[in-house]
Amino acid sequence: MTKSAVMGMVGMVGLVATLTVHGAGSDVELEPMKPDLRDLPSLQRGMTLYVNYCLGCHSLKFQRYERTADDLGIPHDIALRNLVFPGRARPAGMDGTAIGNLMQTSMPQERAKGWFGKPPPDLTMVDRVRGTAWVYSMLKGFYVDPERPFGFNNRVYENIGMPHVLAGLQGVPRLVPKRPKPVDILDGVDAIVNKRPDGEYVTDVTAADELPDGEDPVIRGELADLEVDPGTGSMTAEEFDQAAYDLANFLHYVGDPGRQQRHRIGVWVLVFLAGLFVLATLLNREYRKDLH
Amino acid sequence: MSNDKDATSVESKGRRYFLIGMTSAASVAGAIGAAVPFVKSWTPSAKARSAGAPKICDISRLRAGELLEPMPAWRGKPCFIVGRTPEDVERLKTEQDDLADAASEKLDRQPAYARNPWRSRRPELGVYIGICTHLGCSPKHRSEEGDFYCPCHGSRFDLAGRVVKGVPAPDNLDVPPYSYLSETEIIIGVDEEDLAAAKDLDDAPERA
Amino acid sequence: MAASSPAGPLTRLMAWVDERFPLTRAMEDHATKYYAPKNVNFWYLFGALSLVVLVMQLLTGLWLTMSYVPSGDGAFASVEYIMRDVEYGDLIRLAHSTGASAFFAVVYLHMFRALAYGSYRKPRELLWLIGMAIYLVLMAEGFFGYLLPWGNMSYWAGQVIVSLVGAIPFFGADLMEWVRGDYGISDITLNRFFALHVVALPIALIGLVFIHIVALHHVGSNNPDGIEIKDHKDDKGVPLDGIPFHPYCTVHDFQATVAFLFIFCAIMFFAPEMFGYFLEKPNFEQADPLKTPDVIAPVWYYTPFYSMLRATTFPMFGLAAKFWGLVVMGAAILMPAMLPWLDRSPVKSMRYKGLASKVMLALLVVSFFVLGYLGTIHTTPLTTAIAQVFTLIYFAYFVLMPWYTRVEKTKAPPERVT
Repeated sequence: MTKSAVMGMVGMVGLVATLTVHGAGSDVELEPMKPDLRDLPSLQRGMTLYVNYCLGCHSLKFQRYERTADDLGIPHDIALRNLVFPGRARPAGMDGTAIGNLMQTSMPQERAKGWFGKPPPDLTMVDRVRGTAWVYSMLKGFYVDPERPFGFNNRVYENIGMPHVLAGLQGVPRLVPKRPKPVDILDGVDAIVNKRPDGEYVTDVTAADELPDGEDPVIRGELADLEVDPGTGSMTAEEFDQAAYDLANFLHYVGDPGRQQRHRIGVWVLVFLAGLFVLATLLNREYRKDLH
Repeated sequence: MSNDKDATSVESKGRRYFLIGMTSAASVAGAIGAAVPFVKSWTPSAKARSAGAPKICDISRLRAGELLEPMPAWRGKPCFIVGRTPEDVERLKTEQDDLADAASEKLDRQPAYARNPWRSRRPELGVYIGICTHLGCSPKHRSEEGDFYCPCHGSRFDLAGRVVKGVPAPDNLDVPPYSYLSETEIIIGVDEEDLAAAKDLDDAPERA
Repeated sequence: MAASSPAGPLTRLMAWVDERFPLTRAMEDHATKYYAPKNVNFWYLFGALSLVVLVMQLLTGLWLTMSYVPSGDGAFASVEYIMRDVEYGDLIRLAHSTGASAFFAVVYLHMFRALAYGSYRKPRELLWLIGMAIYLVLMAEGFFGYLLPWGNMSYWAGQVIVSLVGAIPFFGADLMEWVRGDYGISDITLNRFFALHVVALPIALIGLVFIHIVALHHVGSNNPDGIEIKDHKDDKGVPLDGIPFHPYCTVHDFQATVAFLFIFCAIMFFAPEMFGYFLEKPNFEQADPLKTPDVIAPVWYYTPFYSMLRATTFPMFGLAAKFWGLVVMGAAILMPAMLPWLDRSPVKSMRYKGLASKVMLALLVVSFFVLGYLGTIHTTPLTTAIAQVFTLIYFAYFVLMPWYTRVEKTKAPPERVT
C-alpha cells in the first residue's frame, strides 16, 4: 500500500470521527480531543486541577487516591500533602487512612441540593458516558450569560447549573458572532452579522423595516465564537487549552483506570496466543497426515 | 481411509511427540497465566486495605484496671487497650512461673518494644489484638481475676496478654504496631519510627 | 515391584477404577472410539467453541459473584469496585461481559451451520430441539445478567422487556407486577434476576448442554454432505468415513480454540466496549428511574428480534399492536424449532439443495443482519418500513420452506462423503 493511500485512509477515519462527534443535548460541534494516558505530566496536572477546582463539588466516589497516585506516578507522601482532599484534620500520616480513601467531595450533599437544585453529579464515569471530546469542549464552552443564575451558560451543556469555576484561569469568555452568515434574528427576519475592519460587529438586517422598534438582534449560540475579555484570566489561551486538555485527559483515565494495564498485559497475551496457535496448527497438520 | 499408526514413520512419530510436548507445555503455561487474575483477585482489595488502615484511639478516659470501651477494631479485629495499676505492673514483673512464654521470646509475633514484662511501650498501658492464639475466639477481660479468659476452650492470658501454662492456646496475644500521638491518643497500625518519618515530611514547607 | 509386574501402575490403577466406574468405556464411547465424519469443516468448530465459552462464563461469573452486591444501592458501585479495587477485577469482569457477546456469536454461527447442512433433519430432531432450548435459556440468561450492573441502560432495557409481559391480554398488568415484584423495576426485581442468573439458569444450561452432547453422541455428527457415515461400516463396525474424535477432532478443536481466544482477547483487552455494541454508554451511569436514555437498544444479540417487535405497528383482530409485537417476536425466536418438520427436501445439505433454498437462506442471513442493525438505531418511518419488509423475509424462510424445498430441483448427494 502506498504512503498516500495510508494517509488517505487515516484522513478518512479522522473525518468520520469528526463528523460523528456530537454533543448531548446540543448541536454545537465538539472539538475532537485525543487523550494520551502515557502523558503522565498531563495526567498529574489534570489531577491537580481536578482536586483544586472540581473536587469541592464533584466527587470521584469510585476512585481512590492511592490507585490514582500509583497509576499517575505520584509518590504517596507528595499526594498526601498536596492532593488528598478535603483538607486533612491531622498531619499527614497520622490518620494514615487518607491515601486509601475514595475521592469523595466534602460538599454536604443535602445542602448542595438546596444550592443547586440537585447535588453536583459524580464525575467518575463522565468520560465513558459523554466522551472525552464532550468533556474537553464543555470545559472550554462557558460564556457569560446574565440570564443564568450563576452568570454563565455553556455552549456544549445548555443551561448548565453551575458557575464557570475556571474563569479565574481562562478569564471571562463572551459569545461573539463567528463569521458573516445569514442569521434568523426574529421569526422571518434575516440578518447578516459582519465584523468591520475596526473590530466592531454590525448587524445588517435585510428587512430592517420589519424589525420591531427597540428589538436588538439576538446572536444565536450556533453562530457565535468565544472571546475572552483581555486581562481577566491568569492563563493565556494556549495555557487554558492545555489545562482543559489535562483535565479531560485525567477524567479519561479516571473513567477506566485499568485501561493502560490491560493494554500492557493484552499485548503479551496476544503474542503468547499467536505462538500457541502456531504450535496448535503444526500439531493439527501433523495429525491430518494420518487421514487421506 | 488409513489412520493406522504403522504407516507413520519413526521420524514422524518423534516430530509428533515433540509437538505434543511443546503444545502441552505452552498450554499449561497459558493456564497458569490465566489463573493468575483469579488467584490474585482473592488478595485484600484496595477497599479492604483502606478499611485496614491505622486507627486512632482516645485513651484519655481509660482508667487503670479497665479495658477501653467501646472496643476499637483494627483490620476488623478487636483491640484490647488495657489500663494497669502500679500493682498490676508489679505483679506482671513477679508472677511469671505459670506463664508459657514469660519473656516473650517468640519475637516474630510482636514488635521489639513489647519485649518486656508488660509487653507494651509504657507499663501502665497495654495494647493487644483481642484474638485468642488458639482458634481465634475473642477472650473476655476479667477485672477481678486480672486476666483474659477465652470462653471457647478455656485459655487464659495475664494482663500483659501472656498465655498461662496448661491451656490450649500456644502463644501470647499479638501486639499490633502502635504509637503515641500524644498523652491522650494512640494510633494502632503505625510504628513510631514510621510516624516520625511522616511528621518530618509534614513539617517541611508546604508547596510553593 | 511395579516394574517387574506385567502391567504398569497406571494400567493397574485404570483397571481398579474400571471395575468401579466405566472410565475407559466412557473415554472410548465419547472420544477415542467416537467417530466423526472425516469431511467436517470450519463450520463444525463452533459447537466446541460454545462449550469453551460456557466454561469461561461459569468461571468468570463465579468469581464476579464473590464481589458483586445484588442491591439497588450497591450493584452499580460494586461493579465499579470490581473494575477498580479488586486486583485484576477488571479482567474478570470484562472477560464476562465480552464472553456474553462471544457466546451468542458462536451459538449463532453454530445454528447457521445447522441450517446450511440440514443438521436438524432426521434423526437429529431432538438434538435440534434441545439446542433450541439451550438458545432460549441463553437468551434469558443474557437478559437477566444484563440487569445486574444496574446501569441506566440495564434498568430501562429491563423495563422495556418486562413491559412486554404486560402486552399479554387480560393478565398482562398483573403478570408484569408479579415478575417485577414491585410497581417498577426495583431492588426486588434485581435480587430475583440475580438469583435466576447465577443459580437457576446456569444449572439449566449445564443440564441441557449435557443432554445435547448425549444426544449428539448417540446419533453422531452430521456433515457438509448431509449423509450418514453410519451407513457404511467396516467389519468391525467402524464407519468407513469416520475418524476417531480423539485425537483428530480434539487437536483441530484445540487449534480453533486458540484462534478464538486470540480474537476474544484482542477485543477484551483493547476494545471491551466494542464501540458501544458490547457495553453501552448509558450503562456507565447508574440506573435512574426518572431518566430514559436517548436510544434504548438491547445488546446486539437481541436486536434482530427487537426490530421485529418495533416493526409491528398495527393492531389486528381487535388486539393491540403491542400484543402482536410480542407474538411476532416470540414466533421469530421459536420458528427455528419447527425446522425439522418444515424442511421437505429429499436432501439435507445446502450443497445438494436447489437454488430456492440457497436464496432463501441468504435472504435469512441478510434479514438477520439488517434487522440486527436497525434494532440499534432510532426508528423513523423509513426504518420501520424496512424492518417490516425484512421481518416478512425472515418469516418467509420458515413459512414457505415446505413449499420451496419440495418444488425445487435438487442434486443427488454422493453415496460416500467427499
